[in-house]
Amino acid sequence: MGRGNVAEVEQGSVASNGDSAAVVIASAISRRYGEGDTAVTALREVSVEIERGKLTAVMGPSGSGKSTLMHILAGLDKPTEGSVLVQGTEITQLGDDQLTKLRRDHIGFVFQFFNLLPMLDARENILLPLAIAGRDPDPEWFQTVIAETGLGDRLTHRPSELSGGQQQRVAIARALLSRPTVLFADEPTGNLDSAASDEILQLLRRSVDSVRQTVVIVTHDPRAASIADRILFLSDGHIVKDLGRSNEDEIVDAMKGLGG
Amino acid sequence: MLRVALKGLATRRLRALLTALAIVLGVALVAGTYVLTDSITGAFDSIFQTVYRGTDATITGRSAINSNANAGAVGGSASTPSFPQSVVARVQRLPDVANTLGGVSGSPQLVKAGKAITFGGAPNLGFSVDPSKPQFNSLKLVSGHWPGPSEVVVDTNTAAKKDLRAGDEIGVQANGPVLRMRISGLVRFGSSSSLGGATLAGFALPTAQRLFDKVGKLDDIRVAAKPGISPQRLVDQIRTVLPRATQVRTGAQEATKDASTTTGFLSFLKTFLLVFAGVALFVGSFVIANSLSITIAQRTREFATLRTLGASRRQVLRAILAESLVVGIVASVIGLLAGLALAQGLFALFNAAGLTLPNSGTVVKPRTIAVSIVVGVVVTVLASLRPALRATRVEPIAAVREGATLPEGRFSKHRNTGAATAVALGFAALVLGLFVASGTGPVLALMGAGALLVFLGVALLSARIVPVLANWLGWPATKLAGEIGRLARDNARRNPQRTASTASALMIGLALVTLVAILSAGVISNFKGAVNHLFTGDYAITAQNNFSPIPISAGQAAARTTGATAVGDVRAGQGQVFGHNEQLTAVNPAMSQVVRLNWTHGSQAVFADLGANGAFTTDSYAHRHHLGLGSPVVVTTPTGARVPLVVKGIFKPPNGGSPFGVVTMSAPTWDRLYQAPQNLYTFVKMAGGETAANQAALRRQLGGFPNAKVQTRQKFIDNQISGLTQVLNILYVLLALSIIVSLFGIVNTLVLSVFERTREIGMLRAVGTTRRQVRRMIRHESVITALIGSVIGIALGIAFGALLAARVSFIAFTIPIGSLIAFLIAAWIVGLVAAIFPARRASRLQPLQALAYE
Repeated sequence: MGRGNVAEVEQGSVASNGDSAAVVIASAISRRYGEGDTAVTALREVSVEIERGKLTAVMGPSGSGKSTLMHILAGLDKPTEGSVLVQGTEITQLGDDQLTKLRRDHIGFVFQFFNLLPMLDARENILLPLAIAGRDPDPEWFQTVIAETGLGDRLTHRPSELSGGQQQRVAIARALLSRPTVLFADEPTGNLDSAASDEILQLLRRSVDSVRQTVVIVTHDPRAASIADRILFLSDGHIVKDLGRSNEDEIVDAMKGLGG
Repeated sequence: MLRVALKGLATRRLRALLTALAIVLGVALVAGTYVLTDSITGAFDSIFQTVYRGTDATITGRSAINSNANAGAVGGSASTPSFPQSVVARVQRLPDVANTLGGVSGSPQLVKAGKAITFGGAPNLGFSVDPSKPQFNSLKLVSGHWPGPSEVVVDTNTAAKKDLRAGDEIGVQANGPVLRMRISGLVRFGSSSSLGGATLAGFALPTAQRLFDKVGKLDDIRVAAKPGISPQRLVDQIRTVLPRATQVRTGAQEATKDASTTTGFLSFLKTFLLVFAGVALFVGSFVIANSLSITIAQRTREFATLRTLGASRRQVLRAILAESLVVGIVASVIGLLAGLALAQGLFALFNAAGLTLPNSGTVVKPRTIAVSIVVGVVVTVLASLRPALRATRVEPIAAVREGATLPEGRFSKHRNTGAATAVALGFAALVLGLFVASGTGPVLALMGAGALLVFLGVALLSARIVPVLANWLGWPATKLAGEIGRLARDNARRNPQRTASTASALMIGLALVTLVAILSAGVISNFKGAVNHLFTGDYAITAQNNFSPIPISAGQAAARTTGATAVGDVRAGQGQVFGHNEQLTAVNPAMSQVVRLNWTHGSQAVFADLGANGAFTTDSYAHRHHLGLGSPVVVTTPTGARVPLVVKGIFKPPNGGSPFGVVTMSAPTWDRLYQAPQNLYTFVKMAGGETAANQAALRRQLGGFPNAKVQTRQKFIDNQISGLTQVLNILYVLLALSIIVSLFGIVNTLVLSVFERTREIGMLRAVGTTRRQVRRMIRHESVITALIGSVIGIALGIAFGALLAARVSFIAFTIPIGSLIAFLIAAWIVGLVAAIFPARRASRLQPLQALAYE
C-alpha cells in the first residue's frame, strides 16, 4: 500500500508531481452553466496535469465538479474559460470533425452503465471503435487484450447474456484495443457488486502496470480510488486535495474533510 | 457502422416491420395501379388485334365532326355515320381485293321474360356476324349454330349469368319494338374470357340491319387483300372508288385508332389512382417520420456512445439512412407483391361500382417494378431524413448523462413561424389555383402543392392545440374510466409533438374524406334543387341503366297512356357548333308542360315555337358567343349535314344543371338530321299527378320496352345520382387505404410509447393497477389521439370544401352532418383497433420485470 502524501493545493496552481510527461494539461479551466441569476459554476479555474502511464482518480461529493472535469478533459464538454491540451493539441477550440478524430486517436471511454450496443456480440463491441474508424485491429494486441480481460470464452455472447462485471470487462477491452492516449472511466464500478468491482479495478490497475495505459477514473467509491497512483479531490469546483497512492482509510479520512 | 445499423434493425424487427407497413400500402397502390392499367391495355390490345386479325383494310363512315365519342369495341365504330350497302359491290370489284364483308353494329338490349338484361353500366354490343367468312370473324362458336333469320348468338358469360341456353326464346330491342328471337348458339370472343363485362349479341346481317334501323346501310366493310398485296396499296386502291363521307384505313391503323379511344380513359384512370397512391404515400411518410423520431429519441444514448467511440456525425447519419433504406426496400418489395393482389381488388372494386374493365391476364412490366421500388425507397428515406439529422445532433456527452433527451432540431425555434407560413402559402396556392390560374395543369399543380403545404403546416402547428383538444376530447374518457381515463388523457398530452404527428396522419385522410363528402353533398343538393326547380311533370322515363338512350317509340307509347296530358322527349347527341364539338339536344312542344325554364330571353312558348330552324341556348353559351334573339347558329351533324338555326330563346340553368345541351332544336329537325334518333329522357305529366294507378298505367303502356324505366320525381333524382354515389364509394375505398396507413401510425406510436413507459407501467401495476385498467388506459389514449386527428382533419376538410364550393357553381356548400358524425365514429373505431396490440403488450408487462428494465 502506498503512503499517504497529503498536499494542500492552492487555488489556481498547477496540480502535478512532475515525475513523468503530462499527456493532458488543463490550465485554469472554468465551467459555468446557464446565464445570469440561475448560472451555476461547476468548475472554477482548475489546473491539472494527467501523467502518462499513471492511474489518476478524481473524487468528490455530488456536485463537486468531478464529472464536469472529466467531460472537459475528454473533450465531451467545453470549458467556459481555460485551455486543455491533449498530447500537445489544444482541444477546446476543435470542431466536431476534429474532436471525432481526437476520440479515435487519443480517447477511450468506460461508462458506469457499460454502454455496450445490445445487438452486437462481445467481439463486435470490442472491435467497434476500430470498425468505425475504418482501421484493422492488430491481431496480436487483440489477443493480448482478450487474455488480459479474460473474455476468451465470452466473445460470441451478446451483452444481455453477460453479467455486469463481464459487460464492463468488454467495455474496458473495447477502450484498450485502440491504445488510447488516455482512458477515461466514469464511475466504472458504480453499477457493480463488490466482487465484480474488485475484478474491474484490478483489471484497470493491471492495464496501467503491464502496458503503461494512462487511466483517469472518476469515482466516489474510496475503494476504487485506492488503486490510483494519484487522487484528486474536488469540492465546489476546486481541486482541494491531491494525494499520492492511498489506502481506503486514508481516502475516507480525506473525504471527511470535504463535507461530502 | 453499416453492420451496427443492420444488426440494430434485426433486433428491432417488430418496430421496423410496423414502420415498413406504413409505406407498404402506398407502394401497393402504385404497383396495383400500373398492373391494373397495363392489364387493361393488354386486354384491349388483344381485343383489337383479334377484331382486325384477318382484315387488311377497313372502310367506315366518316364523321363530319371530329367525334370523340367512344367507339364501339367490336364491329367498327358505332359513332360514325352509316353508308349505303352498295359500296361493298364497288370495292369487291377492285383487282387487288380478295374478299369483303359488310357489317352493322349497335347497342341491342336483350330481354328475358319481360326484363332487360343489364350488368351495371356494362355496354351491350350487337353486330352482324358471317360465319362463311371466318377470316373476319372474331367470335368462336361454343355451342349451337350460327344465327339465321330471327336468331341471335349470345356470349357465354351473359348466358351463364342469366341462365340462357341455345334454343331459348329471347327478346331483343334496339331502335324499335322488342323483336322475338331464338338463341341459336353461344359464342366466345377470341381468347378473351371477358370483353369488359359487355354483353355480346351476334346476328345475321339482315336481322341486324332491321334491328338497328339500318336497312340497306352498313357501318363498316372489312377487306382482305389478295396474296402479296400490301395493306397500303389496297387502301390506296379502295380510296379511288369510295363515296364521300366514308374513309378507309389499314387494319393495323384501325386497331390503333380503336385502341387510342381507350388510352384517354386509361391514362385518366392511372392518374386518378396514382393520386390516391400519392396520398397514401404522403400519409405513410408522416408515419415513418414519426416512428423514426420516437425510436431515435429512445436511442439517444446509443448514438452518443457511438460518437464517444469515434463515430462522426456523418457516420451516424449514414447508419440511420442505411436502416431506412433497408426498411424502404423491404416495404417496397412487400408493397409490390401486395400490389399484384390489389390490382385484382381494384378490378373487383370497379366491377362492384358498375364499371367492368377487361382483363385478360395480369401484366407486370419492368417499369412497374422499378417505379414501385424507387418510389417506396425514396419516400422512406426522405421521411427519415429529418429524424436522422436530429440524431446527428446528439452530443457525445449524452452517453454519460442519465435521462439524456434528443436535442431540438436546429430550426425548432422557427417551427411555429414556419408552420404558419406553410399554411398561409398553402391556402394562397389553393385560392390561386381555384380562382386565378387557368389550364388544367397549373390548376392541379397549384392545388396539389397548396394542399401539401397546408397539411404539413397544420401537422406542425397542431402540436400547439393538442393539449387543448386532448382536454376536450379526453373528457369522456375521464368520465368513463376515472383515474385511468385521466392518465390516458395526460399521456396523450405529455408529448404534444408526438401526439400531433401521430394524429396528423389520420388528419390527412379525414380531411380528404370530409372534402369528398362535402362535394358530393353539394352536387347532390344542387342536382335535387335543379330537378325540383325545373321539373313540373310527374314521371320520368329513362333506360334501366339511367343513361342509355331509349327508343322514340317508347315516348310515343307513353303518350298514348290514358291520363297522360303531356309527354316531353329529350333527344341528345353530339354536333359541331362554332368549330367545337358540343352536346346538343332536341325537344318536342309538350316539353313546355313538363319542364319550366328560367328564360332570360323568350318564354315557355319557345318550346312549341322552335319550328324547323329555331333553337334555344343557355345564357353562358350565349354570352360566350355573343348570341341574342335572332342570332344565327350553324350546327354540323356527324353525317355532315349543316343546319342554319336561329336563336329564339335563352335560359339560365340552375346550378345543378339542366337536361339540355348548349343548343336545343325541335325534335322534327333533329330526326331529319340524325341517323336512328333516340331519346335520353322522356318526361310525363298525368292527370291526377303521382298516383299508383297512373304509374301502373304508364308501366303497362311501356310493357313492350323492357329497357325503359318509369320513375317518380324522387326515384328519378335517386337514380340519376346513383352513379355519383358509386364513384363516391370508390373514392371512399381508396381514401380508406390512407386511413389504414394512419392506423398503423397510431399502433406504432403506442407500441413505442409503451416500450418507453415500461418502468411507469410497471409502477402502475405494482401499486395495484389491473391488466384491464392498463389496457383501458392505452385504449383511451389511442382513441383520444384518433379523435384529435379526425377533428382537425374534418375542420380542414370543411375549409377545403368551402373554398371549392365558392369556386364551382354546381357545388352548393353543404355540411353533411350525418357523414361527419359517421367519420368521427369511424375514427373512434380506428383508435380502438389501433390500441388492441399495444394495449395487450402493455398489460402483459409484469410489475417486477417492468421495474427491472434497463
